[in-house]
Amino acid sequence: MPETVYLDHAATTPMVPAAIEAMNRHLVEVGNPSSLHASGRRARRVVEESRETIARVVGCRPGEVVFTSGGTEADNLAVKGVFWSRRDADPRRVRVLASAVEHHAVLDPLHWLATHEGAEVELLPVDSDGVVDLEALRASVERDPDSVALVSMMWANNEVGTLQPVSQVAEICAPHAIPVHTDAVQALGAVPVDFAASGVDALTLTGHKVGGPYGVGALIVRRELSVTALLHGGGQERDIRSGTIDTPAIAGLAAAVELAVKGQPEHASRVSALRDRLVAGVREAVPDAVLTGHPDGRLPGNAHFSFPGCEGDSLLMLLDARGIECSTGSACSAGVPQASHVLLAMGRSDAAARSSLRFSLGHTSTEADVDALVAAIAPCVERARAARL
Amino acid sequence: MKVLAAMSGGVDSAVAAARAHEAGHDVTGIHLALSRNPASYRSGARGCCTIEDSNDARRAADVIGIPFYVWDLSERFHADVVEDFMDEYAAGRTPNPCLRCNEKIKFAAVLDRALALGFDAVATGHYAQLRTGADGLIEMHRAVDDGKDQSYVLGVLDQQQLAHSYFPLGDTPKAQVREEAARRGLLVADKPDSHDICFVADGDNAGWLREKLGDRAPNTSGDIVDDATGEVLGRHEGSWAYTIGQRKGLRIGRPAPDGRPRFVLDIEPVSGTVRVGPREGLAVDGLSGIRPRWCGTVPTRLSGDGVTVQLRAHGDEHRASVTVSPDGTGVEVELHDPAYGIAPGQAVVIYEHTRVVGSATISSTRRATT
Repeated sequence: MPETVYLDHAATTPMVPAAIEAMNRHLVEVGNPSSLHASGRRARRVVEESRETIARVVGCRPGEVVFTSGGTEADNLAVKGVFWSRRDADPRRVRVLASAVEHHAVLDPLHWLATHEGAEVELLPVDSDGVVDLEALRASVERDPDSVALVSMMWANNEVGTLQPVSQVAEICAPHAIPVHTDAVQALGAVPVDFAASGVDALTLTGHKVGGPYGVGALIVRRELSVTALLHGGGQERDIRSGTIDTPAIAGLAAAVELAVKGQPEHASRVSALRDRLVAGVREAVPDAVLTGHPDGRLPGNAHFSFPGCEGDSLLMLLDARGIECSTGSACSAGVPQASHVLLAMGRSDAAARSSLRFSLGHTSTEADVDALVAAIAPCVERARAARL
Repeated sequence: MKVLAAMSGGVDSAVAAARAHEAGHDVTGIHLALSRNPASYRSGARGCCTIEDSNDARRAADVIGIPFYVWDLSERFHADVVEDFMDEYAAGRTPNPCLRCNEKIKFAAVLDRALALGFDAVATGHYAQLRTGADGLIEMHRAVDDGKDQSYVLGVLDQQQLAHSYFPLGDTPKAQVREEAARRGLLVADKPDSHDICFVADGDNAGWLREKLGDRAPNTSGDIVDDATGEVLGRHEGSWAYTIGQRKGLRIGRPAPDGRPRFVLDIEPVSGTVRVGPREGLAVDGLSGIRPRWCGTVPTRLSGDGVTVQLRAHGDEHRASVTVSPDGTGVEVELHDPAYGIAPGQAVVIYEHTRVVGSATISSTRRATT
């Protein structure tokens, strides 16, 4: 087996040593943060210091950090919890607006709300670069602002890397006091993210995308925003989220988030240089490869291509056999590739959507990784074209 | 060689992949996703298209230690197998979708893609044996396990397909394959065998057809007629729900005067008439086949001791003589003893002793004169 060239950091990125160290330190300590004795207090202190660390670097108050089991739970909590709370306060509020290119962790809760709770979901169009149509948002909001329960707008797209104008979304909603949620799991540590400055009311982040552990994340929720709980029980997290607080994971999360945010400028410049090298190299090797997503307004580590005439999954398999790991960027159920809803929303054909691959770089990526891909891509594309069904 | 192992999630294909790997080949496992919406196909552990099956295949690949992917063949499967299945029933015939799948999907779409991707062969868990004959051609023979032999559903493969096929289980009885799966730590060792048709969720063919045929149904009602007297015995809700040789579910109110069971003898899709009669009415002593497919050299006439035909999956062998039409587009089969319940649309697979010579789709049958 050749040495692995890992180009799938948007799926998950290796834990950073500081996060492993923080997590390990607390894995060996006993103490439920909700217990009243000394061990409990010691654990609680770790959790609260972690909360403060995260609050400091993402620009919120500590009390606005609600720890969850990760991005999907945080998105569900934001979308369903805010919808329920807002509708309960005023039954006219049944509309939910979101971009058509949201992650499934947002889209599927929206679909569920539409099916089970009578929500009226409006998915806003995006342009061919994947940027949401702000005028469509404005028109939809202003048509009947009192009926909007919330707006959810991802900070950066997980597939094509395009950044959304989240602050402008918040500006459109602010005059009507419509809460805005943003899924920032891909953006944090990659581009500047400041919760307070952005004007949003809720923000999703997760550990394993920023060098922290799996299975832990947070929803940053503005103190004034009421959120109905999804998980009921001990009420550990502001009564919004129940479940024994996972001290070691939270310590690891805080260590990773702090490093990711503080190191963001250097990280972005290093990784975007690698990404530009990758894009140039792939284009030279496969001249008809089409870079997808916004040319500039995108995540520094994201390079997403369509390779006309290829099946993305054939190409992925051929690269994988050479130790080069990437993603078709599409949602999987039972591993069945579906044409990406993101690419379809961007106006790509079904065939173009199925011919796509995402390469995503991260903190362990090197020039050698990029060069290995550039050397392998042309023969793999040629073979995948021959194998088209 | 580089081998692509098609893994259904069942025990046979898992052991086949394991054996290919153990033989020193460079094996990659794939699971074929045949439904866009897996939940709509069979649920539980008996089919080949559920999420659970995909996961079982993945776990088997993990245990064997080979890479694993899911290939989406759902569109091809729907166009080539499911649509054909509906068309055939609508036309009053009884198709065999498993043969069709082998011909059009597993040893065509998948094999072509595998070869283009740099693989040398496709391995499956089918029970059949491949050997190189004296003339250098690849021969396919029945499996050693009579009860599991699947050469019938592979009878559509030509020499080119056989040359890139690999059936690691043909020399082994099924019981041993299960033991071997357990010994290898494959969790599918005691998974039940799949039966029936993978895309008909609960095995209820007629119900599935009723739901899916829609406008394509040639009729939605018709008479059930006594074949001998022409007397109308009852009504049905679509002739496509019947198959020749069927005995159950005829819903004829009164028994035959002689008290003997009645069977479907003929289906006329245009008029919607379903003709029924006693078992001897099913006896067939000859048939015509179209779309012949030959495993090797195309014969002109086959007769003599070892020549047999099989007329349905897991059916009996019938001694026969086979003549290929001069233009090669059809075969005429003389059966030495009558066969019963032979439905147009099914395949006739022709054997010489244990070797598969070829196959054709039954287009018409000749009733035995009694």
